[in-house]
Amino acid sequence: MATDPLSITFAALADPTRRTILARLMEGPATVKELSEPFEMTGPAISKHLRVLERAGLITRGREAQWRPCLLDAGPLREVTEWAEPYRRFWDASYARLDNYLRDLQAKDENHGE
Amino acid sequence: MANDLGTTHYTTPSDTEVVMARTVGAPRPLVWDVWTNPEHVPHWLTGPDGWLMPVCEIDLRPGGSWRYVWHNPETGGELEVHGAYREVSPPERFVTTESWGPEWPETVNVYEFAEQHGTTAITITAHYPTKAARDAAIATGMADGMAMSYNRLADYLKELR
Repeated sequence: MATDPLSITFAALADPTRRTILARLMEGPATVKELSEPFEMTGPAISKHLRVLERAGLITRGREAQWRPCLLDAGPLREVTEWAEPYRRFWDASYARLDNYLRDLQAKDENHGE
Repeated sequence: MANDLGTTHYTTPSDTEVVMARTVGAPRPLVWDVWTNPEHVPHWLTGPDGWLMPVCEIDLRPGGSWRYVWHNPETGGELEVHGAYREVSPPERFVTTESWGPEWPETVNVYEFAEQHGTTAITITAHYPTKAARDAAIATGMADGMAMSYNRLADYLKELR
């Protein structure tokens, strides 16, 4: 199994439960109890998912012994940037097509006017 | 600003916003039409080469919903996004919600069209629920839609399995 940071990030994101946990953490820190509420899962099962996310560096845990909130860390997601680069071009490609499409429509309009 | 044609500007005016600005060489009523009429949208809003938009549903009125589905025949990849119109003020402004599925936070997008000397400046402002959500979206490398990248990522991972 690959152990480079990108593969670890992808592996952590490959599970829908973990993606749901990350989405919840985008709204702010949460405790393990709060994170486990949407799932029919035991505390240890959620903790296992949190350990995977923590190892991938996607979340950090607070230090307080009683209340250890989980926090999202978007840092490793930057590793995904290179892979996701084609999708940044989504809008640029669409806009390029829009420019051409507008030009065609306007040319047709002018021809109709003649 | 004719010299601005062809360039997209990405900015982050606040902690929870991403702004994408672009000027096109056409009058505003035409730009409004190609942006909001389902007969036009699938001709251009298809992103990178290879993608098609087989489904484009637009019910352009406050409270009306919209849905786009993209498909890539080569890879079998499919993406769906939907939302609801909150404000519709032709030909200058509309506001929609945008959702890529329950795993990702919904954004509220403001689309504004301003005409200057026969060109039209398009400004899209995406409002994220939190700074963390916005930062994660930017971190994926796509200013407008982190979820698109992640849905693609999910598809890609499915293909690998």
